[in-house]
Amino acid sequence: MNNLLPFVVALPLLAAAATPLTRESKGLSRTLLLGTPALVLAFGILLVIETRDGDVLVEQVAGWEAGIAIAFAADLFSALVLVVMSLLTLVCSTFVVAAGDDDDPLMAPLVLVLSGGVFGALLTTDLFNLFVMIEVALIPSYVLMSKSGRPASLAAGRVYLTVNLFGSSLLLGGIALVYAVNGSVNLAELAGAGQASGIAAFAGGIILLALALKGALVPLHGWLPRTYPHASPAVTALFSGLLTKIGIYGLFRVFSVYFEGASQVQSIILAVTVVTMVVGVFGALGENSMRAILAFHMVSQVGYIALGLGFFGVAGMAASIFYLLHHTIVKASLFLSAGAIETHYGTDRLDRLGGLARREPLLAAAFLAAALSLAGIPPFSGFFAKFTLIRASMDAGEYLAAGVAVAVSLFTLLSMLKIWNSTFWGPDVPAGTADMAINDASKGGAMTTTRTRIRRTLIIPGVVLALVTVSLGVGAEILLSLVETAAEGLVDTTRYVEAVIGR
Amino acid sequence: MTAAIIVGLLVAGGVYLVLQPGLIRVTIGFVMIGHALNSLLVAAGGMGWRAVSFIGTSEPDQAADPLPQAFALTAIVITFGITVYLLGLARSGADDVPEEEPPT
Repeated sequence: MNNLLPFVVALPLLAAAATPLTRESKGLSRTLLLGTPALVLAFGILLVIETRDGDVLVEQVAGWEAGIAIAFAADLFSALVLVVMSLLTLVCSTFVVAAGDDDDPLMAPLVLVLSGGVFGALLTTDLFNLFVMIEVALIPSYVLMSKSGRPASLAAGRVYLTVNLFGSSLLLGGIALVYAVNGSVNLAELAGAGQASGIAAFAGGIILLALALKGALVPLHGWLPRTYPHASPAVTALFSGLLTKIGIYGLFRVFSVYFEGASQVQSIILAVTVVTMVVGVFGALGENSMRAILAFHMVSQVGYIALGLGFFGVAGMAASIFYLLHHTIVKASLFLSAGAIETHYGTDRLDRLGGLARREPLLAAAFLAAALSLAGIPPFSGFFAKFTLIRASMDAGEYLAAGVAVAVSLFTLLSMLKIWNSTFWGPDVPAGTADMAINDASKGGAMTTTRTRIRRTLIIPGVVLALVTVSLGVGAEILLSLVETAAEGLVDTTRYVEAVIGR
Repeated sequence: MTAAIIVGLLVAGGVYLVLQPGLIRVTIGFVMIGHALNSLLVAAGGMGWRAVSFIGTSEPDQAADPLPQAFALTAIVITFGITVYLLGLARSGADDVPEEEPPT
């Protein structure tokens, strides 16, 4: 089982390398694009089953001695995230195929390399490898961001590229300092090093800063809402689910292993996350297109996800992990629903849309489920995510954070209602926008006017993810017990350390 | 100390260039930051011992730490790839400075 771990990285990269051979046959390249994440998903589910009682699977690559080898390790936390991310890659790839984005022969290999880097970052136990894997995921994303060649997308791509390159440089600098101070970059050997001395904490702090930039925590969030809405819809969904979340995943891992939840850092994280929740949600209120609103909400929700780090404990970390899994799915579902509308109507501006609930009941239901889940209404997964998080912060005595989390939920609901009212309710699309839709809809294929229905294949991906959030809400009991075990593995890292370096 | 000064100067120059308009300047800025990080990585292995790090060619207490050198090598490859992409991006936009800000 554990000797298959490196293949989680190798398989997508090999599949990407094989795509030039499939140029003649679209079916073959689609098989690669969809089959690879499906295989990883199946493997991820197996991993969750293997690690469900807190075991850690480790593969010392090439059989080198533990501590010298480059190790891949899967504990329950990384296995759960791997499942969600491979599911997301699969669903987004389906959307890519449905929207016809894969007419571009570069699309399939770029998505595959991106997912390979992300999967690798989940399983690596080595800080430098984490940097390399994040780079492997980021480089295709630079291309994906500005691939359409529209001026807005090129300009957004430039901001995205500059900010992320700077973040990567910061990450590498932090890793160099960690090596200089501790003489190792193996996470397991570094367990607790962040608490040993001020210099070690400073070096680790730079890594945390760089990861916070990748995850778009305030005040390092400005790049995200300015860039994400300008990529193509499927790409935005993919980025939201994979790239920012990998920064958050790294934050979880580094904070819990390197710092072992140092209490001095906790108060900083708590302050940052609370401000992040508030800034993101108010930023969203000022936007007037679907994807821009959703992108700002992402900033706000990242604050919720990282909130649990601020009172590091099993309950808090479990809530945070639950939130991470829930949010990845829900946000992607919303982005895909918005993407289906945008692909068909050529715009996602709120003032150009209306009355979709009558024409697209299925899409409207999927959007509504995901939006309510995002706001935290029962019985969707968002309710359990927020409930456990707020309860954990009350238990930890952080009443301010809990209060802010509740208040921000209300504003989240407010801007979800704003999208709902102007897009799904209200009068039909006003006359005069039809011409625009035809001009802008570059890749829809079938449609000619705004009166046609959105193709089923475009709607299904968002619906599937909305169903997942419903089932996560209904079956929350199972997931809650899993994330609790995962959180125990993060709070007490002895099993992880023992498995990776054997002492 | 020399390493620290070099890293500081390169980062300062690099950040200045990255903040300038024009993708070519941004590219050169990132090349400078990349060099600064490579110096930092090599310095992380310790500046005191610089001998060839092969078994049998030098005393173990003289040999340089090979691991940061391998890190630097990886970082150089990544920087190189990014530089090429940045230059390609600069070439593809006929006008180097974007005319409009991305609508927010």
